[in-house]
Amino acid sequence: MTVARFWRETLRRYNLGASKCPECQAVFFPPRSVCPNCSVHRKSLTKMEACQLSGRGEVYSYTTVHEAADGFEMQVPYVLALVKMAEGPMLTGQIVDVDPKDIREGLPVRATFRRLRADGDDGVIHYGYKFALENGAAAKK
Amino acid sequence: MREVAILGIGQTQFGELWDRSFREIGIEAGFKALESSKLSSKDLSALYIGNMASGAFIDQEHVGPLVLDYSGLAGHHFPSVRVEAGEASGAMALAQAYLAVASGEHDFVVVGGAEKMTDVPDDRGAAIASSTMDQEWERVFGASMASLWALAARRHMIDHGTKREDFARISVLDHENGSKNPLAHFRNKISLDAVLAANPVASPLGMLDCAPFSDGAAALVLGPLESARKYTDTPIRIAASQIATDFVALMHRKDVTTVESTVVAARRAYQRAKIEPSKIHLAEIHDAYSIGGLMALEDLGFYRKGTAGKALSDGEIGNGARLTINSSGGLKAQGQPFGAVGIAQVVEIVRQLRGEAGPRQVSGQEVGLTHNLGGTGATSIVHVLTRVN
Ligand SMILES: [Zn+2]
Repeated sequence: MTVARFWRETLRRYNLGASKCPECQAVFFPPRSVCPNCSVHRKSLTKMEACQLSGRGEVYSYTTVHEAADGFEMQVPYVLALVKMAEGPMLTGQIVDVDPKDIREGLPVRATFRRLRADGDDGVIHYGYKFALENGAAAKK
Repeated sequence: MREVAILGIGQTQFGELWDRSFREIGIEAGFKALESSKLSSKDLSALYIGNMASGAFIDQEHVGPLVLDYSGLAGHHFPSVRVEAGEASGAMALAQAYLAVASGEHDFVVVGGAEKMTDVPDDRGAAIASSTMDQEWERVFGASMASLWALAARRHMIDHGTKREDFARISVLDHENGSKNPLAHFRNKISLDAVLAANPVASPLGMLDCAPFSDGAAALVLGPLESARKYTDTPIRIAASQIATDFVALMHRKDVTTVESTVVAARRAYQRAKIEPSKIHLAEIHDAYSIGGLMALEDLGFYRKGTAGKALSDGEIGNGARLTINSSGGLKAQGQPFGAVGIAQVVEIVRQLRGEAGPRQVSGQEVGLTHNLGGTGATSIVHVLTRVN
């Protein structure tokens, strides 16, 4: 992924910038310019409000990845999860600092700012969110 | 709109075809389809090609005219349309060709699907395969295709009590059928234990839950049903051709244990074909990942959500059982040349309905269904095919 392409989304990836529909109040991540819940586009087009996720959520589903996605070879095995955020949206992200055996659905997690990929196509280090267990009870370190 | 029939079928070997080029396999499938009908190339007025990623796999875009050119048809100057819908590119090409004939704009067309995937190393292949997911909000965080299906599988186990063995049985069935298909990528049978013990890819999925990367092509000749008997003794009617879409990223779906686009495409197809899923006993379903096959059995309406696993372990599904799926070997054993999959599924159903499926023939079927999926379910395409009596 090129520098510009990654940089363009940093606000969302660093700060969990989201958007809210003024009509139905639903929150979306990444931000959307039109609400998919409200069938008439004029109710939301140009009216979506910027907001920010708290970073708190819970594990909805999880997998331990042994065959890495391209660029993540150094991280295997890693835990990838669907995380249901407190504000409603579901996010895809890794869960770090945890023994894969300890992951269960429903565990509370919090977003944490991490290095995503050490060395992309362009040699640039990409940062963004990963998740850590909220209370640290099952954490390794 | 007029009725459309399949007049000819063709398919190449699926597998690692190191000695064959993209254009060669495309031409082979197309002419096999044409030769199996009484049409000649001068009767055609358009070509449709389903292809997902020739640019990434072989640095070649603009493959529509390329295949037409090397088929000796450049001088006819007729339209050649390349269609892309991820792994559903094949069925999407068929859906477009079907509309062209149904509308009356074209009478006879060839619709093919082709992908040349093994000219790149495996890790590059996996990266290209991932291009149908959301690059900005899934891939960038370390998601592979297998890991997204694994997330769906885990939640299916949580919500519906599905067991790991339930979807493993899909791979066992595929290999059982593939062993009887001379064109299949894999012709070995595998045991349930082998699937469960295979190297992990993304838990709970292992290596034998994942379809291979294959080279291959398949093709059909379409024409109006009213004149079909002039060109073949065994025309097969396209009773429904339906496309449905959904959110691209898995995380945005209403329920990750249901591929909603499949539910909707199937519902529309049953309505159009005036048939209930309980009356269909023959289907080719999209199982690039075994859990996807299990979910398709439910989403297509063959089983209620959460009950396909039990049906699989009770032996209700298998060649000649209550429901025959993937007699071709499916994506796991017949192989997975992305753009060719959706066409090859139709080729297999046509063989079955004509009674030409050899050792894997299922008797007495009048109707069959195909299900081709793009990404983790952003596109689903369902075709219903029937014998013409
Ligand atoms: Zn809304």
